Amino acid sequence: MTSNQATSMKLLMIDTSSIVATAAVLKDSQLMCETIVNYKKKHSEKMMPAIDHMLKDAGLTIQEMDAFGIVIGPGSFTGIRIGLATVKGLAQALNKPVVAVNALEGLAYNLPYTEGLIYPILDAQRNEGYTAGFTFKNGQMHTVMQAAVLPIEEMITQLKATKADAIYLLGDGVDRFYDSLQAAGLPVKRVKAHLTMNRASSSGQLAMERLLAGKTTDFYQVEPLYLRKSYAEEHKKNG
Amino acid sequence: MKILSIESSCDETAVAIVEDGRKIITNQIYTQIEIHKAYGGVVPEIASRNHVMKLPYIIEDALKDANLTWEEIDAIAVTKGPGLVGALLIGVSQAKAMAYALNKPLIGVNHMHGHICANFLQHPDLEPPFLTLVVSGGHSHLVMVEDYQTFKVLGKTRDDAAGEAYDKISRVLGLGYPGGPAIDKVAKLGNKEAIAFPRIMLEKDAFDFSFSGLKSSVLNYLNGKKMKKEPIVVEDVAASFQAAVIDVLVAKTIHCAQAVHAPKICIAGGVSANSQLRAQLTEAAKAIHCPVYYPDPILCTDNAAMIGSSAYYNSQAHQFSDLYLNANPGLKIDRLA
Repeated sequence: MTSNQATSMKLLMIDTSSIVATAAVLKDSQLMCETIVNYKKKHSEKMMPAIDHMLKDAGLTIQEMDAFGIVIGPGSFTGIRIGLATVKGLAQALNKPVVAVNALEGLAYNLPYTEGLIYPILDAQRNEGYTAGFTFKNGQMHTVMQAAVLPIEEMITQLKATKADAIYLLGDGVDRFYDSLQAAGLPVKRVKAHLTMNRASSSGQLAMERLLAGKTTDFYQVEPLYLRKSYAEEHKKNG
Repeated sequence: MKILSIESSCDETAVAIVEDGRKIITNQIYTQIEIHKAYGGVVPEIASRNHVMKLPYIIEDALKDANLTWEEIDAIAVTKGPGLVGALLIGVSQAKAMAYALNKPLIGVNHMHGHICANFLQHPDLEPPFLTLVVSGGHSHLVMVEDYQTFKVLGKTRDDAAGEAYDKISRVLGLGYPGGPAIDKVAKLGNKEAIAFPRIMLEKDAFDFSFSGLKSSVLNYLNGKKMKKEPIVVEDVAASFQAAVIDVLVAKTIHCAQAVHAPKICIAGGVSANSQLRAQLTEAAKAIHCPVYYPDPILCTDNAAMIGSSAYYNSQAHQFSDLYLNANPGLKIDRLA
């Protein structure tokens, strides 16, 4: 760790996987700047200018970034790809490493030090949600339920089996499923507005930990986490 | 001026480097046709999924093939439309990021202008003004190219594009996807006078096209044969259908060229690779002393070199894009932005 601490690392984190367009720059353990727009999707048009404004306001340049972090999904297929193509372009042009974070892990990082089960739900359409389960112990995150796309019945079965005393729900899919989960007698609690959405400062914190631990990938390899095949593949006739 | 250009509007992931709008240094095309064949046509979500993973490799291939570094590239160009929105967004997002990171000018390009500019790559001395017949999967247009930046639509299809009709008829004849080359190949073995399909010319002075009536006529013919349990000679149907399409395209183009006194005629777009169309239009244009230009087949299909050519002429007219550049799936042929 000594060599890592001696060199200071700057990471630009980008997340366009949900309705939120968000980016942040972290320098080691410091959050330098963040931008969040949680209203009206126009990520393809506005994310890049928003990054430019943010960097300029903070007196930073894109060229001084040491790595690029990206939320690879699950979420909106198109949204995931806008962010991914952006990060691939930045990393390829500047020949820098890429750090991948999944959106559910990123959301869980909104709630470190929480006692109980953290259960992000992202809207997957067709009455399903992208979910996973996390706990924190001594500031360390543990994945206790793997990322999956589930209908409400399976969420209820899965959550009942955990016998958790408190389940914290967050993410853009909570509105759709909260009533059903509560009606099933589960000890669910909704997280407040500022912590329920994708934030690049949270996913970026996780990305920075991965960068410092050497857990990076590159612009060729980094790939979306869709959790679902395309509609055409799902409905393809056999033979 | 060396421009690196990206094209991802449909099912080709393509990157090229073109010098001064005319000289191709490298032209890399990765086609997803084999992937989409299984679905009988392009599946937008699958196209987008492939573009996002493939594009960085094609960019690297282009730089390697050209033996150039980023320092030697003067601008980044990208197709902004028309096309499949999800597919366009991959090229647009990656191009914006690269132009920003490398601090190079960014140039958004109209894909249809690219098809027309393919002729500049093929014929170094060709210059506007000229009339262009633009025929592709989504377009059947007669466009007067007055100068490098002025594209005037004189006629267009009122229903189906020629390429759409090809794809549909190819599918019902069991010839597969894409329909253009499939029908062209089989038509060579058939009798084009076997079946008298209609030549729909619309009003006498119209430069517009209509292909939906022809499409229905072919479908009715096939259904009729099936009902009567009579054999269908696929080669003859393909040849007769193709002859009807081409007769109309050629007649309208010649008529239009005469009316506007076009000094030259160009053909552009995917269907311009069709051998029968090229031969017949060249022959017919002789009568009005009008030379006909068309690109090699590799420049007729979607490619990035044509985007690089068009981008160069945008740059000469100071038409650059900023970081707000977005995909425009319905971008019209006569619009720069």
